[in-house]
Amino acid sequence: MENISKEYFGNRVLNQVSLQVRPGEIHALMGENGAGKSTLMNILFGMPVIHSTGGFDGTIKIAGEEVKISNPNEAMHLGIGMVHQEFMLIPDFTVTENIKVGRETGQPTLLSESLGKSLEIMDWESMSADARRALDLIGMNIDDYARIAGMPIGYKQFVEIAREIDKKGIRLLVFDEPTAVLTESEAANLLDIMRRIANRGIAIIFITHRLDEVMQVSDQVTILRDGELVAIKEIKDTSVVEIAELMIGRKVDKLVDQCEDTRTLSDDAIALELKDYEVDMPGEAVRGIDIKIREGEIIGFGGLAGQGKIGIGNGIMGLYESRGEVKVFGQTLDLEKLGEALRHDIAFVSEDRRGAGLLLGESIERNVIFSALQIHNRFTSRIGFIRVLNRSESKAHTQEMIELLDIRCTGSQQKTGSLSGGNQQKVCLARALTMNPRILIVAEPTRGIDIGAKKLVLEHLLRLNREQNITIVIISSELVELRSLCDRIAIITEGKINTILKPDDSDADFGLAMSGLKKEMVTK
Amino acid sequence: MSKTKHFIDQIGLPRLIIGLFFIILIIASVPLGLPMDAVFSDILRRWLMYSILVLAMVPGIQCGISLNFGVSLGIVCGLLGATTAVELSSQNEGVGPWAALGIALVIGVVLAAVLGVLYGLLLNRVKGSEMTVSTYVGFSIIALSNIIWLTLPFKSGELIWPLQGIGLRNVINLEGSFGGLLSDPTVTSTQPFPLNYLAFDIGGLTIPIGLILVFALCSFFVWIFFQSKAGVAMSAAGENELFTKAAGISVDRMRILGTAVSTILGAVGIIIYAQTFGFLQLYNAPLMMSFQAVASILIGGASTMRAKISHVAIGALLFQGIMSTALPVVNKLMPNSMLPEVVRIIVSNGIILYALSKTRGGHQHEK
Repeated sequence: MENISKEYFGNRVLNQVSLQVRPGEIHALMGENGAGKSTLMNILFGMPVIHSTGGFDGTIKIAGEEVKISNPNEAMHLGIGMVHQEFMLIPDFTVTENIKVGRETGQPTLLSESLGKSLEIMDWESMSADARRALDLIGMNIDDYARIAGMPIGYKQFVEIAREIDKKGIRLLVFDEPTAVLTESEAANLLDIMRRIANRGIAIIFITHRLDEVMQVSDQVTILRDGELVAIKEIKDTSVVEIAELMIGRKVDKLVDQCEDTRTLSDDAIALELKDYEVDMPGEAVRGIDIKIREGEIIGFGGLAGQGKIGIGNGIMGLYESRGEVKVFGQTLDLEKLGEALRHDIAFVSEDRRGAGLLLGESIERNVIFSALQIHNRFTSRIGFIRVLNRSESKAHTQEMIELLDIRCTGSQQKTGSLSGGNQQKVCLARALTMNPRILIVAEPTRGIDIGAKKLVLEHLLRLNREQNITIVIISSELVELRSLCDRIAIITEGKINTILKPDDSDADFGLAMSGLKKEMVTK
Repeated sequence: MSKTKHFIDQIGLPRLIIGLFFIILIIASVPLGLPMDAVFSDILRRWLMYSILVLAMVPGIQCGISLNFGVSLGIVCGLLGATTAVELSSQNEGVGPWAALGIALVIGVVLAAVLGVLYGLLLNRVKGSEMTVSTYVGFSIIALSNIIWLTLPFKSGELIWPLQGIGLRNVINLEGSFGGLLSDPTVTSTQPFPLNYLAFDIGGLTIPIGLILVFALCSFFVWIFFQSKAGVAMSAAGENELFTKAAGISVDRMRILGTAVSTILGAVGIIIYAQTFGFLQLYNAPLMMSFQAVASILIGGASTMRAKISHVAIGALLFQGIMSTALPVVNKLMPNSMLPEVVRIIVSNGIILYALSKTRGGHQHEK
C-alpha cells in the first residue's frame, strides 16, 4: 500500500501512509485508538464504508501488480484474509461446517444439473479432509465434527484462523487484536501458530496493542499516529521503549491555560476511595481497582478503549452491577441501591451523551433540573399535599446555566435533541452542576465536539476545581486532555490500574502503560 | 408549497384526513335532513363519555409501556365496582344515586390500583413486547370476568337473569341507581339545586356540564401528576431508561406506577361511560373497548412513545364524532338494511387500523 490518504467528510484520517509487507513476514501495525489502523485495513478489504464516503487516494499493489479492490469479495479472491476480533462463527455448526461455510464442495446431482448449483449434495468427506488439513497446519488437534458452541475462546480463534488458511491462494492474513480475548497460554500458542503460518510464505499483518507480543513475533513494525506514518522499524533494531514513545508522541502541549492553583492536597482528606472495585459493564469490565482520590484533586483515568476505564464511572453511579467497596468522604456506599452516589454528592456526566446523558425529546430546562428535582426536591412548590414543579424557579436557574456555560440555543425550552454536540455536553454538565456536587465524574467530556467547545468545557472543569474545590474524576481516551488537566493519571489496562503517572511523565511511560506493560518489567 | 407542507406536518396527515372526513359527514347530514341539534348533542355526549378511557392511555404511553391494550383490566374493575353499587342501592333504601356512584368509583379505583400494580409487575417482565402482552392480558381478563359475572352472589333483580336466580345479565339498566346523573337532563331535572344544572337543554342541544366537569377534573389530575416529581420521573423513564437510571430512579417502579394510574383511569372511565350510556354492559361488550381508546389517542396525534392531554381531547372528538355521525348518515342513505351495523364495524375497525398504521415515533422511525 502506497501513499494512502483518506478523508471522512473533510476530516483527514489517513495522510500519505505507506505499508509494505513481504511474503512470510509478520508485520506489526501499531497506534493508539483512532490512529487510522482500522481505516487502513478497511481500505485493504475494499469495505463499502470506504467507497460510500468517497473512496481513497493512493495505490495498492500485490506482488508488484497494482490492484483495485472495490469490495470484500475481491479482496478474498486476491488472497487477503482476516481473523476478526469478534469471532464470526456460527455456534450451532461443527468445526468443518464453519470452516467451509460459503465455500462448500458439492457433488452434482440430477436436481442440481437442472435447477442450479445450489442444489448439489455436499461432499462431506472432502470437506472434512480440507478442514483437517487446515487444522493440522496450525497444530490443532480438535475433532472436525465438534460443535463450536461451548468451545473455549482460544479454540474458536483457531477455528477462525483455520477457515482463513483453508481459502485457496491465501497470501496475506490480517490479525486484528487476536490476543485481546485470550489467556496468556492461549496467546503464546497463537503467536506460535502465527510464526508457523508465516513460515509457509503467507504474509501477516498483526494489529495489537501489546508491545511484548510485537517484540516476540514480528519482523517489522509500522507505527501510525493521528493518521500519519510515524516510523517503520525492523524489530531487531528497536526497543519497547522506543516504540512506546513513537506511539504517543508529543502533541499540542497543553489544551488549557493554567489558572491560579491555591489548593492543598493532603492524603488525610480523601474524597473517594475504591477498594477491590469491580464492575460488570459489557465491553468495559472493571476487574479490581484500588485507589484513593484526594479532596480537591483532578484525577484522570486513561487507557485504550475496552480496557475498563469507562466502567468505573458507570459502576459508581449504579448503571451497571458492581462489587467491592466505595467510600465517599469516609462513608461507604450501598452499591445495591440506585441513586446512592447522587445522594452522596457525586454527579456524573456520562460518556453516552445521547443515551444516558440526555432526554433528547425534552427541553433544556427539563434536562438541567432533572436530577436535582429528583434527588434534592429542588424546584418544587407545594400545592396541597403534592409537590409540583416550580416553573419560574426552574426557568430562572436554567437561564443562569445557559449564560454561565454559554449554551448556544434559542431558549430554555429548546429540545436538547436539536442542539450541537458541544452544547449538548454543556447541558449535561449543567445538570451535574445543578446537583452542587462535591465530586464530579466526567466521562469522555470532549468526545465528538469541536476544538473550540473542547477548550471551553475543559477550562470550565478546571475552574470548577480551582474555585469551588470540587474533586474531579475525568475518564478520557484522549491522553492530551488528561495531561493538560490532571494531577495524576491512572492508566487502566484489562480492568485494572496499570500505573499511576504524573502528567509530565515521559511519552514512553504512557505508551508502555497503555500497552499493558509495567515499567519495572521492561527495564529488567 | 412549503407553507402547506408545514401546515400538514403541524397537524399530522392522519389527523387531517380523519378531521376532513368528520367535517364531510357533518356537512352531508344537513341535506339528508338529519336533526342537527340531536347530531351535535350525540357528538358531545359520546366525546365526553369516552374521553376518560382515552385519557387512561396517557400515563401508559408516558411511562414506557406504550399503548395500554390491557386497559380492559381497569374496565373490568370499574364494572365490578358498578355492579356492587347497583346491588347495594337496590337492596338498601339508604343508598341513593350519588352514594351508588361514589361506591362504584371507590371500589373500582381500589381494585384497579391493586390489579394495576400486579399488571405493572407482569409488564416489567416482558419488556420490549408490552403491546402484544397487554393485548392478550386485555382479552384474558374479559374471559375471566365472564366467569365472575356468572358466579357473583348478587341478589338484586336488576342485576341477575330473570327466572334463573344466579348470574348477571348482559345489560344492566342504571335507571334505578346512578344512570344519567351527570349527563341526562331528564335525570338531573329531578335533582336539587345546584345539581340540576349538571345537564340541561338549550334549544334541543344537550349540554352535559357534569361530564365536562368530570373530564376536566380527571385531565387536571393527570396534568398535575405529570408536573409532580413522580410524574417527571415517569416521563423520563418512558423516554430514556438509562438516563432515568443514571438519575437514581428505578425505571421499573415508574412503569408500575404508570400502569396502575392507567388502570385506575380505565376503571373511572368505564363508570363514567356507563352512567352516561345509562346501561352497564357486561360479558364481551368491553372486549374491543381498549382498541377504540388506542385508536382515539393515536388519531389525536400521540405516538407510541409520547402523548399529551390535548391528544386525548382531539382524538376522542374525531373518533367518536365520526362514529356518531356516520351511523345516521348511512342509515338515511340505505334504510331498512343490516348495512348500518356493518358500516359501523367497518368504520370503527378501519379507523383503528388506519391509526395504528400511521403511528409516528415508534421503533421503526427511531433516529
